[in-house]
Amino acid sequence: MMARNPANTQRHAPTDWATPAMQARVKARYRGEGLFRLAGLGALCLAGLFLAFMLFTIVRTGWTGFQHSEVRVTVAFDAAALGIDPAAARGPAGVEAIRRGDFNALMQRSAAAQLGPAADVVSEGAWLDLRAAVLADPAVLGQVRSLWVPVRSSIDLLAKGKFDVTEPEVSRGVSDEDIADYRYLQARGLIRTDFNEIFVTAANSTDPELAGIWGAALGSLLTLIVTITVAFPVGVLAAVWLEEFAGRSRWTDFIEVSISNLAAVPSIIFGLLGLAVFLNFFNMPRSAPLVGGLTLALMTLPVIVITARAAIRAVPGSVRDAALGIGASPIQVVFHHVMPQALPGILTGTIIGMARALGETAPLLLIGMRAFVADTPHGLASSATVLPVQIFLWSDDAQRGFVEKTSAAIIVLLVILLLLSSVAIYLRNRFETRA
Amino acid sequence: MLPFVLVILALAAFGFWTGRLRGEAMRHGTALRQVGAIRIGTVHSLPFYHGLYVALAALLPALLVLAGWALAADGLVTERVIAAVPAAVRPISPIDRGAFMNDVRGLASGSLEAAFNPAATAVVPVYRATRDRLDLVAAAMATALLAVGGIWAFSRLRPDFRARNHVERMLKWLLVLASTVAIFTTFGIVLSLLFESWRFFQQVPAMEFLFGTHWSPQTAIRSDQIGSSGAFGAVPLFWGTIFIGAIIAMIVAVPLGLMAAIYMTQYADARVRRVLKPMLELLAGVPTVVYGFFAALTVAPAVRDFGLWLGISNASGESALAAGLVMGIMIIPFVSSMADDALMAVPADMRDGSYAMGATRSETVLRVLVPAALPGITGGVLLAVSRAIGETMIVVMAAGLAANLTINPFDSVTTVSAQIVALLTGDQEFDSAKTLSAFALGLVLFVVTLLLNIYALSVVRKYREAYE
Repeated sequence: MMARNPANTQRHAPTDWATPAMQARVKARYRGEGLFRLAGLGALCLAGLFLAFMLFTIVRTGWTGFQHSEVRVTVAFDAAALGIDPAAARGPAGVEAIRRGDFNALMQRSAAAQLGPAADVVSEGAWLDLRAAVLADPAVLGQVRSLWVPVRSSIDLLAKGKFDVTEPEVSRGVSDEDIADYRYLQARGLIRTDFNEIFVTAANSTDPELAGIWGAALGSLLTLIVTITVAFPVGVLAAVWLEEFAGRSRWTDFIEVSISNLAAVPSIIFGLLGLAVFLNFFNMPRSAPLVGGLTLALMTLPVIVITARAAIRAVPGSVRDAALGIGASPIQVVFHHVMPQALPGILTGTIIGMARALGETAPLLLIGMRAFVADTPHGLASSATVLPVQIFLWSDDAQRGFVEKTSAAIIVLLVILLLLSSVAIYLRNRFETRA
Repeated sequence: MLPFVLVILALAAFGFWTGRLRGEAMRHGTALRQVGAIRIGTVHSLPFYHGLYVALAALLPALLVLAGWALAADGLVTERVIAAVPAAVRPISPIDRGAFMNDVRGLASGSLEAAFNPAATAVVPVYRATRDRLDLVAAAMATALLAVGGIWAFSRLRPDFRARNHVERMLKWLLVLASTVAIFTTFGIVLSLLFESWRFFQQVPAMEFLFGTHWSPQTAIRSDQIGSSGAFGAVPLFWGTIFIGAIIAMIVAVPLGLMAAIYMTQYADARVRRVLKPMLELLAGVPTVVYGFFAALTVAPAVRDFGLWLGISNASGESALAAGLVMGIMIIPFVSSMADDALMAVPADMRDGSYAMGATRSETVLRVLVPAALPGITGGVLLAVSRAIGETMIVVMAAGLAANLTINPFDSVTTVSAQIVALLTGDQEFDSAKTLSAFALGLVLFVVTLLLNIYALSVVRKYREAYE
C-alpha cells in the first residue's frame, strides 16, 4: 500500500553515499568507533598500569628488605668473662649453661674496643649471633673469632642509600653522628651488605633490623591448617547434600539463601562473629591460630560450597545412571563415581578460598591476632600473628626501617599467593582437558 | 585433651579393623562363630561397611560427649574455683569473674607471672585439681561409651545384617549436619550482632546513634570527668562510608570496569583476552592490606600534594580521595566481571540485528547492548557498592579516623569498618559503650550490605530470566 504512494517512494530514494555530507557522517561514525575502542583499551591499560606501578613500587622498596648490613667484630670468647663454666658447656646441660652467659656485655666490650667512635652502630640484638656461634660449637669458648653482626636500622638504611645525605639534618631522618659512624666503618671496610637471614628466620621485633617474618608465616600456616580442616570437609559434604540428596524444600531454599548471603557478608562482620562467639562466649584464647582459623573457615565455607556444587553439577548424569544401573547405592554413586570426577574442580575452589583466607586481615585484627608476638607460635592455642596482619602492623610502625620490611613481607605474601593460584590454574586446566 | 582424642580415634580404628575382619570371616565362610553355611554372596554388606559400622557406632557417642564436655567444662570449673575463694574477696559480677578466671588460667598455664588479683594465686591449685578431675571424668565417660557402642555394634554383625544401609543413613545425617553449618553461621552473626547492639542501645538511644552528627566514642574512666558522656552520633561515619565506597570508588570503578568489560567481550580477540583476563584476576587477587599499604605510602601523599597544588589548604595526608581511588581500582575486576556476565546474557539476535542495520560496534554497544543489559549492570554495580562499603583495610590504613561531615574529597573522613577496627583493637573493657558501639556499627553494615545484596541479586535474576 505504501509502495503505491508516489510521495513515499520519492522520500525513500537510495541514499547517495558519495555526497560530502554523507562522507563526513560516515567518517564521524568511524571516528567515534575508533575512539570508543580506544577508550575500552585505555580502561584496561589504566588498570594494568596501576597494577604494574603498585607492584613496581613494592618491589623497589621491598627487595632491600631481604638484605642487611653487617659489621665485622673480632670477639674473644672468654668463658670466664661470659660467666660460663667450660666444662658445663660441654656437658649434657650445656645449652642451658651457654644460654645463661652474658653475651650482651661481651658484644658491647668487643664493639667498643674495635669500632672506636662507631661502637654504637651494633644492633641491640647482635649478641644473639655470638650466642648462636657458641651454641653451634661450644669449642669456640676460649678462642678468638671474627664475626659479622647486624648493625642498627639507621646505619643499615644509610648503607642501602635510603637517605638523602645532602638534606639538612632535621628533615633527613638520620643524625650526623650516624652518617659519620657509617663513613668511618665504610672507610675501614668493616661493613658489608649480605643476605638477611634474620628476616626469613626470626619472628617480630621492635627493632627493624631484628624483625623477621618467619613467625608470621608459621602463624599463617597454622591458621590455614585449621581453616582447611574445618572448611573443606564441611563445605564439600554440604555441597554433596545440596546437589545430590536434598530435594527442593523450604529448608533447602533457606540453606541456599544463607550460603549465598554469607558469601557476600563483609569479612569484618566475621571478625565480630569470632569475637562475640569464639572469644566471649566460648572463652577461647585470644590471638590464637585456632580462633583465627575457625573464623576464616566460616568465611571460606560459602566459597567452597559454591564451587564444589558447580563441580559436582558438571559431572555428567550418565555417570550416575550407569553406576545406579549396576547396583550401586546412592551414597556409593556419589563417593565412588561422582566425587573422583568432581575433585579437581573442588580442589580448585578450595585453593581459591584458601588464597583469600591467606590474604585476609580485618577479621583477624578483631580477634586479637594483632598482638605483638616476639616468638614463633608453638601451637594452635598460643599467641600468633599472620602475614597480612604483620604487614599491617609494620606499615603502622613509625620507624623508617619497617617500610622496606613491610614491602618485603608483601613480596613474600604475593609470591605465596601466586604459587597457590598457579596450582589452582594447573588443576583447572587438567580438569578441563579431561572433561 | 589432644592425646586423648587421638586415643579415641585409635580405638575407633581398632573397632573398624575388628568389624572388617568379622565381615571378611563371614564372607569366606570361616566365621569366628559358625552361622549356618556361609558362602560368598550371601552376606548382605561388604566387610568395609561392617568395619565402618562398628567404628561409627563407637566413635559418634564418644565424640558427642567430648563436644558437650568442651562446652560445659569451663562453666563447671569456674563455679568450683569461685566457690573456693574466701567470701570476702569473691568476685560477684560476671565481668569481675571473667577477669579473675583469666588471672587463674594465666597463672596455671604459666603465661602470667603475677596475677592482678592477689586472691587468684591461692586458688590455682583448686583450679588445677578441678580441671584434672573433670578431664578424667570426661575421658572415662567417653571411653566407656566408646566401648559399649563398639561392642554393641559388633554383636549385631550377621551375614544378613544391613551394615551398609546403617552406615549410609549415618552418612546422610552427617551431610545434613554439614549443610546446616551455614545456617548456624548466619544465626550466629545475626544473634551476636543483635545481642551486643541491644546492650549498646540500652546505654545510648538508637535515635541518637542513627541520626546524631557528632562522633567521639570516648567514655571517661571516672564519672566526674569533663565530657565524660562520649558522643555516638554515627552520621559522619555513614557519610564517610558512602562518600568513599559508593561515590568516589564508583566514579573510578564503574566507567573503567564497564569499558574494560565492553572491550573484553566485544573487541578483544582470544589472544588478547588470554593476557588481559589473568591481569584482571591478579588485580582481584591482591590482598586488600597490600592496596592499603600502597594507598597510604604512595597514593595519599600524592593526593595531598595535588590538593595543595590546587590551592586547597587543608588537604589531608589521609584523604577520602586517596582511599576511594585505590578502592575503586580494587573493585574494577568485580564490576568488569559483573558487566561481562550482563553483556553476555543479551541474546545474540539483538546484536546481530543491530549489525545488520549497519550500526558500528560502538553504536551497537551503546544503543543496544548496554540499554538491554542495564538491569544486569545496575545489579552488578550495587553488588560492587556493597563490597566497597564493607571493605576495611584500605580505609583503616589510608582514610584515617577523623569523623568529619565534609564533601571535600581532600579532607579526612572515616568509615564504619575503620571505626569498628579502631574501637575493637587495643586496650578495651568489654562492657563499655565504646566497645559495644562497634557491634551496633557492625549491625548497620550487615543490614545494609544484606539488603543491597538481596535487591541486587533479585534485579540480576529477573534480568536473566527476561532473556531466557
